[in-house]
Amino acid sequence: MIRLNGWSAIVILAAIGIFLAYGGARALGEVGFWTLVTGSEWYPTIAAPRFGFVPLLIGSAAVTITAIFLSMPVSLAAAVFISEFANKRFKEVAKSIIEFMAAVPSVVYGLIGIAVVVPWVKEAFNLDSGLNAMSGAIVLAFMIAPTIVSISEDALHAVPNDLRQGSLALGNTRWQTTYKVVLPSASSGVLAAVMLGMGRAIGETMAVLMLTGNAARIPGSLFESVRTITGTIAAEMGNVVQGGLHQSVLFTLGLVLFAITFLINLVADLVLEKQRRRWRR
Amino acid sequence: MVTAQSHAGKGSFDLHDVSVTYGSETAIAGVSMHIEPNAVTALIGPSGCGKSTLLRCLNRMNDELGNAKVAGRILLDGVDVYDKEYDPVELRTKVGQVFQKPNPFPMTIYDNVAYGPRTQGIRKRSDLDALVERSLTRAALWGEVKKDLKKHAFELSGGQQQRVCIARALATEPEVLLMDEPASSLDPISTQQIEDTIAELKEYVTIVIVTHNMQQAARISDKTAFMLRESMEEPAFLVEVGETRTMFTNPGDKRTEAYITGRFG
Repeated sequence: MIRLNGWSAIVILAAIGIFLAYGGARALGEVGFWTLVTGSEWYPTIAAPRFGFVPLLIGSAAVTITAIFLSMPVSLAAAVFISEFANKRFKEVAKSIIEFMAAVPSVVYGLIGIAVVVPWVKEAFNLDSGLNAMSGAIVLAFMIAPTIVSISEDALHAVPNDLRQGSLALGNTRWQTTYKVVLPSASSGVLAAVMLGMGRAIGETMAVLMLTGNAARIPGSLFESVRTITGTIAAEMGNVVQGGLHQSVLFTLGLVLFAITFLINLVADLVLEKQRRRWRR
Repeated sequence: MVTAQSHAGKGSFDLHDVSVTYGSETAIAGVSMHIEPNAVTALIGPSGCGKSTLLRCLNRMNDELGNAKVAGRILLDGVDVYDKEYDPVELRTKVGQVFQKPNPFPMTIYDNVAYGPRTQGIRKRSDLDALVERSLTRAALWGEVKKDLKKHAFELSGGQQQRVCIARALATEPEVLLMDEPASSLDPISTQQIEDTIAELKEYVTIVIVTHNMQQAARISDKTAFMLRESMEEPAFLVEVGETRTMFTNPGDKRTEAYITGRFG
């Protein structure tokens, strides 16, 4: 049964890949994969359309990486606090808040972003518009926090109590024990948590579509409007000719996104598995 | 330069009417005893009789359990270690502990042993080198690992891991070393090595060892304390404490005799 599930997962993943590649076949044939992923201009609807993914890739990367940098310190601190210092009651409350955060639909995050974050970014950084990569990243940082907190909390929790006791018995404080023994012991799990958060951030569509301004060009800074891979597919797919080149290009873009998230998740899972094996002594 | 401290004459404990409660349950009650410096004191008794709980009072590791309350007085060289002003973190640099299951940290042998001294602020490479060598020598492991100090501690055998843990505890130059069934998860040869180590260690530290194994207590200890819990409704208590030889040949209490001769436990 388990084996069947394993195989079916692989079959489904392969089917998704083949489906996307099939949809993108025309684009791959007419424009070429290399031209698509290295092209620096995205003008899909002009008379001689240009389909370059680079602005979109940079848009996704800018938003995702910034979100990770914003979310990681706070999420990690929260995970450490919940796992190592909080009492049982606090732990339960914090965990249900985190679960709730994960359950909020992304369009709601987008609305909160429009109402709160966008005006704040405009004001704080003295900009003409708050619809930019930074606004998207700030809201994304909240959206990926549940993933990073809960998976790194699991990794910290999995560190055997023996090690904490051993460190405390050597005259270390709880805090010293946490950063000298517990965190290093859980490092690969924490890394995996960050990577899974990254996978979630790259794949997120609605909130970034609402907040980043969606100008498909290579941004000069985080305070310029960007268009992500997901935002592009979502915004343009409804307006394309069925079976047209533009549609096919969007399928190829989907294939690229699928490959990126698949790789990130695969690596994160391998890292997590290594971490789990570590304590199975 | 760190000099080899000798704690000769230091590291004696005096317990006065010590009791421990977990929540509403009293685990041990009314324990009074003296623990001699530079000697091996064995705590024996059937399982669940509070030996480990009593041991954990001596370095205040019970504090970390959250719901444990210790009453009575515990004096280390005349100083009340449960005094409000007394810092448990500092106590644990004087009173080290070796656990039942080897628990090396996931790092190299060297880093494991240097862990405590580094916390205490010793940074100079030559000082750390000297401490690591001395500690491993005292734990009778130096000869086996001196060539691969950079090896990950998890790659060692169980007995070697436990001796790394002993070296790690010795590296902070404690006055007292608490051992909670340190050989219970080891094979006979490793057990033998740990016992030999203990015999040599009492030159430097006071040793309090919890053991299930009465032969082991008879072999390695100078003093033996016998604890007992007669029913689940009552807390465990100290039946008697005395010279190991006397305890094993001519115990003062009938219950001690019954336990030692294997009639229960």
